[in-house]
Amino acid sequence: MSRVEDLRFGVVTFPGSNCEQDAVHALRHLGYQADYIWHQDTDLNGFDAVVLPGGFSYGDYLRCGAVARFSPVMAEVVGYAESGRPVIGICNGFQVLTEAHLLPGALIRNKGLKFLCQNVHLRVEESVCKWVDLPAGTVLDIPISHNEGNYICDEETLAGLQENAQIVLRYCEPDGSRLSGGSAPNGALDDIAGICNQRGNVFGLMPHPERVTDGVSGSKAGSVVFTAIATYAREVAGR
Amino acid sequence: MKQYKIFVTGKQGIFDPAGETARHALDNLGYIGIENLRIDKYIQLDTSDTVTAEMVKEMCEKLLANPVIEDFLIEETVMTVAEEAAEQTKAEADE
Amino acid sequence: MTEETRIPAAIADSIETLDPELAAQVAVQLGLTLDEYQGVIAVQGRVPSLTELYIYSLMWSEHCSYKHSKKQLRNFSSEGEHVLQGPGENAGVISVGDGWAVAFKMESHNHPSAIEPYEGAATGVGGIIRDIFTMGARPIACMDSLRFGTLDKPRQRYLFDGAVAGIGSYGNCLGVPTVGGEVYFEEAYEGNCLINAFAIGLMREEHLTRAVGSGPGNLVVLIGSSTGRDGIGGASVLASQEFDEAAENKRPAVQVGDPFEEKLLIEVCLELLKRGLFVALGDLGAAGLTSSASEMASRGGVGIDIDVRKVPQRETAMQPFEIMVSESQERMLAVVKPKDFAAVEEVCKRWSVACTAIGTITDTGRFVVRDSSLPVGSDIVADMPAEMLATSAPEYDPPMARPAYLDELQQADLSWLTKEEKSIETLNSELLTLLGSANICSREWIWRQYDHQVQANTVLLPGADAAVLRISDTGRGSATNRGIAMSTDCNGRYCYLDPYVGAQIALAESARNLACVGAAPAAITDCLNFGNPEKPEVFYTFHKAIMGLSDACRYYGIPVISGNVSFYNESFGNAIYPTPVVGMVGIVDDISQIVTGAFKQQGDTIILVGQTEDELGGSEYLKVLYGQVTGRPPLLDLELEGDVQRVVREAVRDGLLQSAHDCSEGGIAITLAECCIAGGIGALVDLDDELPAVASLFSETQSRIVVSVSEEQVSELITRLQQAQVPYSVIGEIGGESLSIEGKLEVPIAQIACTFSQSLEKMVKQR
Repeated sequence: MSRVEDLRFGVVTFPGSNCEQDAVHALRHLGYQADYIWHQDTDLNGFDAVVLPGGFSYGDYLRCGAVARFSPVMAEVVGYAESGRPVIGICNGFQVLTEAHLLPGALIRNKGLKFLCQNVHLRVEESVCKWVDLPAGTVLDIPISHNEGNYICDEETLAGLQENAQIVLRYCEPDGSRLSGGSAPNGALDDIAGICNQRGNVFGLMPHPERVTDGVSGSKAGSVVFTAIATYAREVAGR
Repeated sequence: MKQYKIFVTGKQGIFDPAGETARHALDNLGYIGIENLRIDKYIQLDTSDTVTAEMVKEMCEKLLANPVIEDFLIEETVMTVAEEAAEQTKAEADE
Repeated sequence: MTEETRIPAAIADSIETLDPELAAQVAVQLGLTLDEYQGVIAVQGRVPSLTELYIYSLMWSEHCSYKHSKKQLRNFSSEGEHVLQGPGENAGVISVGDGWAVAFKMESHNHPSAIEPYEGAATGVGGIIRDIFTMGARPIACMDSLRFGTLDKPRQRYLFDGAVAGIGSYGNCLGVPTVGGEVYFEEAYEGNCLINAFAIGLMREEHLTRAVGSGPGNLVVLIGSSTGRDGIGGASVLASQEFDEAAENKRPAVQVGDPFEEKLLIEVCLELLKRGLFVALGDLGAAGLTSSASEMASRGGVGIDIDVRKVPQRETAMQPFEIMVSESQERMLAVVKPKDFAAVEEVCKRWSVACTAIGTITDTGRFVVRDSSLPVGSDIVADMPAEMLATSAPEYDPPMARPAYLDELQQADLSWLTKEEKSIETLNSELLTLLGSANICSREWIWRQYDHQVQANTVLLPGADAAVLRISDTGRGSATNRGIAMSTDCNGRYCYLDPYVGAQIALAESARNLACVGAAPAAITDCLNFGNPEKPEVFYTFHKAIMGLSDACRYYGIPVISGNVSFYNESFGNAIYPTPVVGMVGIVDDISQIVTGAFKQQGDTIILVGQTEDELGGSEYLKVLYGQVTGRPPLLDLELEGDVQRVVREAVRDGLLQSAHDCSEGGIAITLAECCIAGGIGALVDLDDELPAVASLFSETQSRIVVSVSEEQVSELITRLQQAQVPYSVIGEIGGESLSIEGKLEVPIAQIACTFSQSLEKMVKQR
């Protein structure tokens, strides 16, 4: 992890975002530069990676992420992502990415109709994702905190995700084995907790790695999500 | 003046746990024979005459519904002058 | 602007007053007594106008004026060198060192929640959070103290489920973590659930702001949501009378919350405060614009002149009095210098928050309400002396009478409870029954619905003895290694059986919870929930509880810096248990030294700090196993309690302990079970206390903490306990897969864990 400080992350603030500060804190703790991007700003120059944080953008009143997707910054984020630069959407950010069609599928209400804030076990899958660089089968313990994290897509899309190795994280048993059918805490299809685009530079996940980065509650398990992208981001930036 | 009633419904096969829960509750209250209950969204637009059904369809595709998980149905009502006046009177009476 | 500041001191001539006879009738309908109405005439010097009468009736309601409780509340001391703001503002504030300060307060939203639990509880959270950021602090955590009837009743399940969902929906959307709390289920709360929300915020000392209006000519600016008829006479009227069949019809009066708007308000207000663009800031709570504006004027000794037509309205044809008393949520009132208004507007616009100048500060001392849609000359609809309106509400000395039930229940002979020899099998099953009972079982089903980690400063997850938050300006400034501990406690059953001792135990238990995480108490807030104060028996319990709490606070030197009283928690003539809930805040010097209640390591020694007596009166055991609420609650020796806490607190700070967990409801058997469940490991215990088994296991004697210590630290801890002359006993060792208490019980951890963790969800989901 040499010279991480030369990387600069931009964390988007939508009205109603509430995890943007946590993300900036986590990134700075890891030694990166991190700054806020206001949702009406349209200049992403100078950022090596973009984070769409958690929260309740626009109250999530119509559908989660549906309004945020039309923020001026999102048009830029789409171009940024299409040019192959790294974008991560956490929780509400994941919902925004699906609404913006940067990732397939949708996130609907948890199966049990209750908000869920709890630690979950996540199994790292063999994927093309540039954000995760861990052997398949590694288990990460990271908290979730959402009311609409139930991933859903049609069969064709699911087959595509599987075939192209776009499923990055799955909810799993403590030892990494698959859950018995349909028992993901939020009911997610195929136990999907995180997916990426075909190119692997756009990553969306429901769990909150930024909350378990500096060890405040005893765990630093989330750090790996932000450190693995460094190499790729430098490559893309030509450094 | 026009009114558009938009019904945003979950696509076929999308699980509706809220509806399922309500159906169970009705079951428990002794209402037998309800085979399916869906809870969906109803959106009402009161517009000037210049807003066309085409435009409303576009609004649905773009923002009001998510085509990945939702279908929508638009009902258009054009109010006559008399109806508008009646509506107005009713609103005032409510106050 | 200058035009409006020249308003003469008395303009009553031009106001449309009511017909005297009609005015008296309306006054009574609005809840004033005839004597109080005469008081209004005395203050006004004439018959009031309709708008004035509405305003007085709300400002002098119990909810806004504390007319029955004010004299009693003067017993509390708010003295302390670290206290920056005591009672009288939107929240109290203390310094926590290094230039950091915290604002905190607890408030009830009982009556609205009993009618519509989801919105009632949600707007309760919204209201208390506004009180915090009004002071200039960023809200960093919430806790909730809840009471319901028993869950075998469908309506109680509905209220409980709805209130929990409402609290979660609001706090989660705001991004303020809900980090803990308490809930009890008792028949006494069947007609009146209690929803007490406790919030805390963090700020730099220099950003402390008060709701004190000043500077004639300055603008009075309304920020946030538009004003509708929702909640007209809501909180204030509902909270100032008993419930009856008519209560259901009041449903439309309950407000609907918009947490998204509140989130924007937090960001807007904190930014404007930081830039020094507000002269004063207050929130609109009970009695809406009326109380906010008049209190701001009264505190600053100035006048205020408001035009109701400038208030953005979401409904048509609203009357001036409706606009003045509406309790629409998510609104703030600020005083802004005219030269700064454009800058304020710009920030509000950036966040898409509405901001409107609705009036000015004057030097007349009058609270003037005008309606500019009326012809000039007859546009003034209310004209009142601001200070008198806010401060001259009547104060009562209600009669008191010691309730007859107290002697009867306190003298109950409970010796039969411990006479019978019980087999290990029986005691095993009694332990499981208690562990799975509503007031003891795990609260995970509740806190799983609350985002308890947002802001990334939550050191201990809910379920610990106290919540601990790191002092950190997450994502904006630096994170420190210090922390703030919070706890909220009250055993209403103890208070019912002895209001004086019960209130003291509420304080002691809060402080004991803090001691278990190594925190020293810094200050408290309280939420005093009682029945109808006009009933002498109820008022007696109120008085005794206040005396108990204030005496104990003085003894320990803990200031009371904010609080709330909720009366009229009665339905069909039945009052709730006296429930003086304590919300305590303490300071942790080093968050890395914190321990939890979980047993850590095989072979560690288990020590009981304190000593068990035969005290089963008012216990969970007596209630759950025998369905009785009787006897005397446990005694509390303030000196011993203080010593126990001090030794444990210092031992945690010095890294001597592996775990610490206090003994409360259900006794030491439950404490040990919880330590085992949390640690996923068993314990081999011998309670050699010469008490009958039932008392030994389930007695609720105060001033006890179960700690575990690694072998090399045992002698150091024992030396400290002996030096402090605190009774203790070495009761066993961690290990195995069962909780085994010599000669009394033995149960596998897997079994007790399952009962403990699944009970609440099963109770909620029963049909």
